Amino acid sequence: MAGKADDTLNAAFTKELESVDSYFNSAREGVILQRSIWDGLLYLNQETGEYEGNLATSWQWVDDTTLELKLREGVKFHNGEEFDADDVVYTVNFVAKPENGVVVQRNVNWMKEAVKVDKYTVRIITNGPFPAAFEYLAGPVSIYPNEYYAEAGPAGMALKPVGTGPYQVESVEPGKHFVLKKYEGYHDSPKGRATIGTVDIRTIPDINTQLAELFSGGLDFIWGVPADQAEKLEAMGRFNVANESTMRIGYLELDAAGRSGEHPIKKRAVRQAIAHAIDRQAIVDSLLKGKSKVVNSACFPSQFGCEQDVAVYDYDPQKAKALLAEAGYPDGFTVDFYAYRDRPYAEAMLSYLANVGITANLKYLQYSALREMRHKGETSMSFQTWGSYSVNDASAITSQFFKHGVEDFARDDEVKAWLDKADTSIDPAVRKENYSLALKKIADEAYWVPLFSYNSNYVLTQDAEYTPTPDEVVRFFQVHWK
Amino acid sequence: MLAFALKRLGLAVLVTLTVSLLSFSLLFMSGDPASAIAGENAGAADIEAIRTLYGFDRPFLVQYADWLFSALRGDFGQSYYFKLPVSELIADRLSVTMLLGVCGISFALLTAVPLGVAAAMRPNSFIDRTALFLSVMGQAMPSFWFGLVLIVIFSIRLGWLPPSGTAGWQNFVMPTIVLGYYAMPAIMRLTRAGMLEVLGADYIRTARAKGASEWRVMFKHALRNAVVPVVSLAAVQMGFMLGGSIVVESIFALHGAGYLAWESIGRNDLPTVQALILIFSMFYIVFTFLSDLANAWLDPRIRVG
Repeated sequence: MAGKADDTLNAAFTKELESVDSYFNSAREGVILQRSIWDGLLYLNQETGEYEGNLATSWQWVDDTTLELKLREGVKFHNGEEFDADDVVYTVNFVAKPENGVVVQRNVNWMKEAVKVDKYTVRIITNGPFPAAFEYLAGPVSIYPNEYYAEAGPAGMALKPVGTGPYQVESVEPGKHFVLKKYEGYHDSPKGRATIGTVDIRTIPDINTQLAELFSGGLDFIWGVPADQAEKLEAMGRFNVANESTMRIGYLELDAAGRSGEHPIKKRAVRQAIAHAIDRQAIVDSLLKGKSKVVNSACFPSQFGCEQDVAVYDYDPQKAKALLAEAGYPDGFTVDFYAYRDRPYAEAMLSYLANVGITANLKYLQYSALREMRHKGETSMSFQTWGSYSVNDASAITSQFFKHGVEDFARDDEVKAWLDKADTSIDPAVRKENYSLALKKIADEAYWVPLFSYNSNYVLTQDAEYTPTPDEVVRFFQVHWK
Repeated sequence: MLAFALKRLGLAVLVTLTVSLLSFSLLFMSGDPASAIAGENAGAADIEAIRTLYGFDRPFLVQYADWLFSALRGDFGQSYYFKLPVSELIADRLSVTMLLGVCGISFALLTAVPLGVAAAMRPNSFIDRTALFLSVMGQAMPSFWFGLVLIVIFSIRLGWLPPSGTAGWQNFVMPTIVLGYYAMPAIMRLTRAGMLEVLGADYIRTARAKGASEWRVMFKHALRNAVVPVVSLAAVQMGFMLGGSIVVESIFALHGAGYLAWESIGRNDLPTVQALILIFSMFYIVFTFLSDLANAWLDPRIRVG
């Protein structure tokens, strides 16, 4: 049997991962593998919140759009290839080209190109000032071996990934099974060396089956366990159960701009009434549990620029009714309420809305179908969530939704102007000030009703220990046996 | 017999063509594939880039013709999701499903036919009632529940069988039982009904009268005639099983073709879905064809009719 005895950590993915090449998937599972297999130029210390050097040792802005980095010497990829400026230049230039089809363009399209200065010095040129650059260099931008990637391409990389990370890949069965082995030659990275010899990950779609495997010893580590199950597991005393918040927040997207036609939600008082009608704390306490918190601003509280001093809409059904009456709807109105996940939360909200006279019809769709409707502006009210790709900066959420894109239902010119300024200034004070202005107005106008942050339950066998982080990235190299 | 076989074959080919056209056109109208490929976290610009990259902006007929001619050569294109050749992907997933399907239908036939015969030999006896009880249970129990109950008993309580995966033969025991048990009741009831009808026929009395052994009467004279509808039904069940069971494959984490089909629909992975629909319907068509031939062989009257 597996486990501590044969130094193998057996873990489970819930979803079939499309590709291990981190630039060609948009899944949480992909981020998890990426952090183990590859390294970024920088590393974000989860405890201090400071950036530390990983593949780079020092870095500085030469001007608004040029970042110069000194690279670490003596690092080797899993296949023995030496790491130097050529790898950074090749990787950046490959992923920055839109025609190469990196799935999540936002992660890479801020980079224009990279230029080699000497063997261990490189410059990254950005498309305009991009203050969140460090966040991306420490996150989704991982450095690939140039010679290998030129030959293998994304398809080869997906089947036989090669990086510099703490784990190297032993085998990949696409979507089904991934085996990682500790990389003995790992450099002196702030990530730290892996201590567990083998990580064996199988995709098991059904959470009940995952639990059965856990009980029968076939699995050592699962996460994303629903709150009620996690409570029972903890009570059993046979497992380590840890709860940590995630960067994902839930929110109601309200069509203030009237993209879906004429409807009551265009009125500010109605949107505020909706915000007052829902007892978010009760939903957190009885459904989400764990480290989830009510959020009031249109971002995750730890994100840079996420202003917390914004208008707060307490649970107050009387006030909600008064606001509805003031807006001319004393008897309420009927609206379609769209959702794609967490049906119990959606249903709780429906009953709160019904309580103040708003008849909301639940339309529960597949994510892609709902997104298509939203892009066409056909929804006036939908329950959405956003995980910001674990990027700890308000530009990864607020700016995604309030800059007049297809997912912007506010279409507020003033908010857009503030966000543009905040997104492109490299002066942190200017950024903070402008995010603050934008977020205050978003709250005042109740363009969104921010609801709550999500959390995840991590369950480990008693033999193993792991401290989860709020960015929801499982770091196998930080799991260790007791 | 040859004329009969050729007629059936022609029919099968026509059905296949119709299915290919239907599956292609039906799926293409099921939403924006670019949006689904982009995944949950993608923005509008990501989606537009994908639309151009995959050629979704081309006219429908061009895309269909393109697909059909490639499919005839066994090339179903690349999975949008896995970025792998669909034929490779399906070959990988189908092997599990086929193994499970063969085990499942064997389990069903090996339990259902003897039980059906036994029940028919002694109608309303204890054995008949037991068989009835078993078949009602099989029909009434949802697979996901039955699967989980087996896991609780055999994996967690007794620790005899692994709950999920495809590492060894032990992994297939519970899925075979769950899948086979679902198909068993209909086969058993049909065998019983067929046997009862046949056992009352004149030629059975004649066979007995001429002194044939009871064994010979049952299996040579009775079962051969009673089994004709069972063959047709088993063929359909076999087609059903080779199409994979979404529930059984998800619960036991088998990563078969059924689960792949289900997931691919959610991911709008059109090339995979189209290929799977075609292949699944081919199974039905082939097995119906084979069962027609088998029945014609068992019952000469069908060849003429």
